[in-house]
Amino acid sequence: MGIINSSRKKSPWVMHYACTSCNGCDIEVLACLTPVFDAERFGIVNVGNPKHADVLLVTGSVNKKNARVLKNLYNQMPEPKAVVAIGACACTGGIFRDCYNVLGGVDKVIPVDVYVPGCCARPEAIIDGIVMALGKMDEKAKNMKKVSG
Amino acid sequence: MMITDNALLNNIILAVVTIIVAPFLGGLLSGIDRKISARMQNRFGPPIFQPFFDVFKLLGKERIAVNQTQMVYAFGYLFFAVASLIMLVLKQDLLMLMFVLAFSNVSIIMGAMSVRSPYSKIGAQREIIQMMSYEPVLLLMVVGVYLTTKSFMIDSIFTHGQPLLYNLPLVFLAFIFILTIKLRKSPFDFSTSHHGHQELIKGLTTEFSGPQLAVIEVTHWYELVLLMGLIVLFFAKPLWVGILIALVCYFIEMVIDNISARVTWKWMLKASWIVGIGAAMTNIIWLYLK
Repeated sequence: MGIINSSRKKSPWVMHYACTSCNGCDIEVLACLTPVFDAERFGIVNVGNPKHADVLLVTGSVNKKNARVLKNLYNQMPEPKAVVAIGACACTGGIFRDCYNVLGGVDKVIPVDVYVPGCCARPEAIIDGIVMALGKMDEKAKNMKKVSG
Repeated sequence: MMITDNALLNNIILAVVTIIVAPFLGGLLSGIDRKISARMQNRFGPPIFQPFFDVFKLLGKERIAVNQTQMVYAFGYLFFAVASLIMLVLKQDLLMLMFVLAFSNVSIIMGAMSVRSPYSKIGAQREIIQMMSYEPVLLLMVVGVYLTTKSFMIDSIFTHGQPLLYNLPLVFLAFIFILTIKLRKSPFDFSTSHHGHQELIKGLTTEFSGPQLAVIEVTHWYELVLLMGLIVLFFAKPLWVGILIALVCYFIEMVIDNISARVTWKWMLKASWIVGIGAAMTNIIWLYLK
């Protein structure tokens, strides 16, 4: 079990879902993968497939239409998994929180592990958030073991 | 045929050593591939052991199976790839090796077809087209080897007087061409690839997750070692020259992977049939007339 636990920290595969983001945070998420920040040196790979992903990155506030999509993506990810809410909108609903169609932050629909504040969140903060989420995954892996056996 | 007990024991030990060592070599090679690719893109790149971290992580994930047969197909993919690698190491029949290798690929296609995801199915169909493009070249390569050494056995390549390349230069070029398809590298990476694509997600492996994906990853490593081994056959004497040339070929594949965009399947089919089969056939006709 030791080698699996240590490997988990070295290979977080992320999936990025933009709810109703203004694309500011999305651009910053993708900036993490560019040669300037190069998230792959920590083993971070953008997979775009919920069945392969370990960490779900969500940007933008949740509304009534995309809540279903977000739940669906979350449910398809195999345990242990973590969710990182990126940007003010994903954390709380941001400036859109009073809109008639907006439910609020991501945590209204799925459990969130790490909140990365900012408008937009900086790439350094996003990478930091993913690393924090990995710390939380250790506990989740332990719980998973308890449940299954 | 008489096989003494000692030879049999040697063969079994060789096969076991192959099963254990090949994934290490393959994983290391693909780790170096990722590192060098990152350096080519002016990035720092992941550690060389990154593929091993990925596989161990995948082994620790929750087991989600879409249906009961999926794991059987993933293991079929692994089993037939390992079988063909062992046939190479024990210097068995080259023609049979190609058939077993094709079986390995058919397993993964069946696995991808057994689920209802459209991405997976499109990936499987594209994989079939890829097989259509490279299988003729592989078979022509075997024919070329037979015309040169008068035997299908890999053993005869090693006992043959001179390296195969002297007689099969164009077949070798055709093989290098289809190597890109077989390694699923750009420009021919449209059934699945190491990067998620917008229109296809992950193609063939979309519906495989956790331990199943780990099995498929390990199979890729075995396949990689097998393909490098097939290159070595062209330069069998001395062996180290062959290994060196195989590594150079792999480096060329990395360069091609990084400088080219994906093409359509029609382009690939035309190119691999005209260039691949054309070159290999020319070589074989020349051998026949000689």
